[in-house]
Amino acid sequence: MNTKAREKSQIKVITGNAAAAIAAKLARPDVVAAYPITPQTEIIEQISQFHANGEMDCELITVEGENSAMNAVTAACLAGGRVFTATSSWGLAFMYDAVLATAGARAPVVMVNVNRETPGIIAVSSGQQDMISTRDAGWIFLIAEDCQEVLDLVLQAYRLAEDYDIQVPVMVHYDGFYLSYLSEGVNVPFQEDVDQFLSVLKDQPERTKLLPGSGLGCGSHGILGGYMELRYKHVSAMERAKAKFNEIDKEYEAIFGRGYGGLVEEYRMADADVVLVGSGSMCGTIKTVIDTKREAGVKVGLLKMRMYRPFPSEAMIAALKGKKAIGVVDRSLCFGFKGGPIYTELKAFETQLGGSKMISFIDGIANTDITITNVEQMIDTTCDLAEGKDVREVTWVSYPEAQEDGGL
Amino acid sequence: MSEVRFHGRGGQGVVTTSKILANAFARTGQFGASFPMFGFERRGAPVTAFGRFSDKPVREKTQIYNPDIIVVLDPSQRNSELVFQGLLPGGMMLLNDSDNTIISHDNLKKMGIIDANKIAVEEIGLVIPNTVVVGAFARMSGLLDIEPCCDALQDYFSGKKLTANIVCAKRGFEEVELFDL
Repeated sequence: MNTKAREKSQIKVITGNAAAAIAAKLARPDVVAAYPITPQTEIIEQISQFHANGEMDCELITVEGENSAMNAVTAACLAGGRVFTATSSWGLAFMYDAVLATAGARAPVVMVNVNRETPGIIAVSSGQQDMISTRDAGWIFLIAEDCQEVLDLVLQAYRLAEDYDIQVPVMVHYDGFYLSYLSEGVNVPFQEDVDQFLSVLKDQPERTKLLPGSGLGCGSHGILGGYMELRYKHVSAMERAKAKFNEIDKEYEAIFGRGYGGLVEEYRMADADVVLVGSGSMCGTIKTVIDTKREAGVKVGLLKMRMYRPFPSEAMIAALKGKKAIGVVDRSLCFGFKGGPIYTELKAFETQLGGSKMISFIDGIANTDITITNVEQMIDTTCDLAEGKDVREVTWVSYPEAQEDGGL
Repeated sequence: MSEVRFHGRGGQGVVTTSKILANAFARTGQFGASFPMFGFERRGAPVTAFGRFSDKPVREKTQIYNPDIIVVLDPSQRNSELVFQGLLPGGMMLLNDSDNTIISHDNLKKMGIIDANKIAVEEIGLVIPNTVVVGAFARMSGLLDIEPCCDALQDYFSGKKLTANIVCAKRGFEEVELFDL
């Protein structure tokens, strides 16, 4: 990340959740509807506080559950409003049908999802499984590494979701517990600059609105060709979102002085032989370990995914092509496949990587800590792969039992 | 970078202690990051928090296994093995306790003891020792002046509570007893 200008903001030491709430406030939504759930609750508390203080001039609907939250913001969004909601895990599962309908209706909702393990095994703990469980919902997914990026991505999300050429809902993901409760310095931009950044949307054609008395159908039956047309347009909009997001990130940098590289952030990649692919809060730790390894002469870099849906395959191929070995770190599982979800998806592009070898690391599930030692192990194993040594395809880093004889 | 681990119990303001210190570091142009150990938070349950304080941006997002400094808000944990786990040689310990009992540990080179509960009761009328501990930490560690600590309190308190907690922090800074071991 480049930090050029500091004068356009004030530094506040806040949590990831507070950063999300402040970003939502700065975006001036018309309607917020949300239901509290650990580890997202603080976002709703803060927004309620802003609303009570008169700092947020929005309709705040304190719904009785997440399913209503998503339906409420989708309806308000289709009526032309700017909306915000936030959830996590169980909450995301409970609104799943509405999440699908929101995407199908192409309602540009912006939602924060604070990543947490999903229902199944009860776990109040971090993990990206909730994100993975909704990856085919038709939403755009962005992932933040730290509290600053949480704030920045929520603002960028509005530009992307509401763009006339896109009109797809956006979910901003960040690791529960590791970022939701992390307090660190965040450059909080001034309202006038955020207004300027978002004002571009006002110059675009007005999106279709569902208003009382107007003859418009939203979410009605699409049959045969009609259905295919809507789906094709949705898929096309997702593809357009890639270039659009790169543009938005550049514009954001021009105004706020912080640019991340768009779809992916490359850390010490230019001359790297060996690369870890990661996303979310683990990337900060990986960068630290890379600096240490570099001092020891190991040519290792990080490719951080900032966008997960649409899958930024072109940007990833461009960054990874010709590297000797790639280790993909997943904080979730892909049931039915041995490797992690991002590994499995990247594997589809293996033939375009110019002979790079790939392995999968699974770590950080249910709050297991992705430690410095774990990252060192991942880098060492990926180096072994680069040197042609015999290496397992899949390593459960914090669960050595998985590597015992007879394991995966 | 200094890595600090905070130990206490729910209700003592353990997490807030770590937040206020991260805030105070940011006010000096340095960098601070803090987060709690996760669990089902409730009053009385053991709580652990982590703080990283540095002159460079803090990027690590992992728990702290080898602290330079341990801060113990709950006197009943002063001899706990968990508290000392991984303490680096040359380490420091700040203890909230009503008597000046030195703790002996191979890696402990400096110790600060403060009766933060007593000061808190006198100044705010509650057994919430956290802001006293913030001031004592600044003095013992030598990493911070008291002023940024008092300034940081503005983000967490207002009115009479702010005034009283500033007194707590200042008293912590002034009254902490330091021991070189």
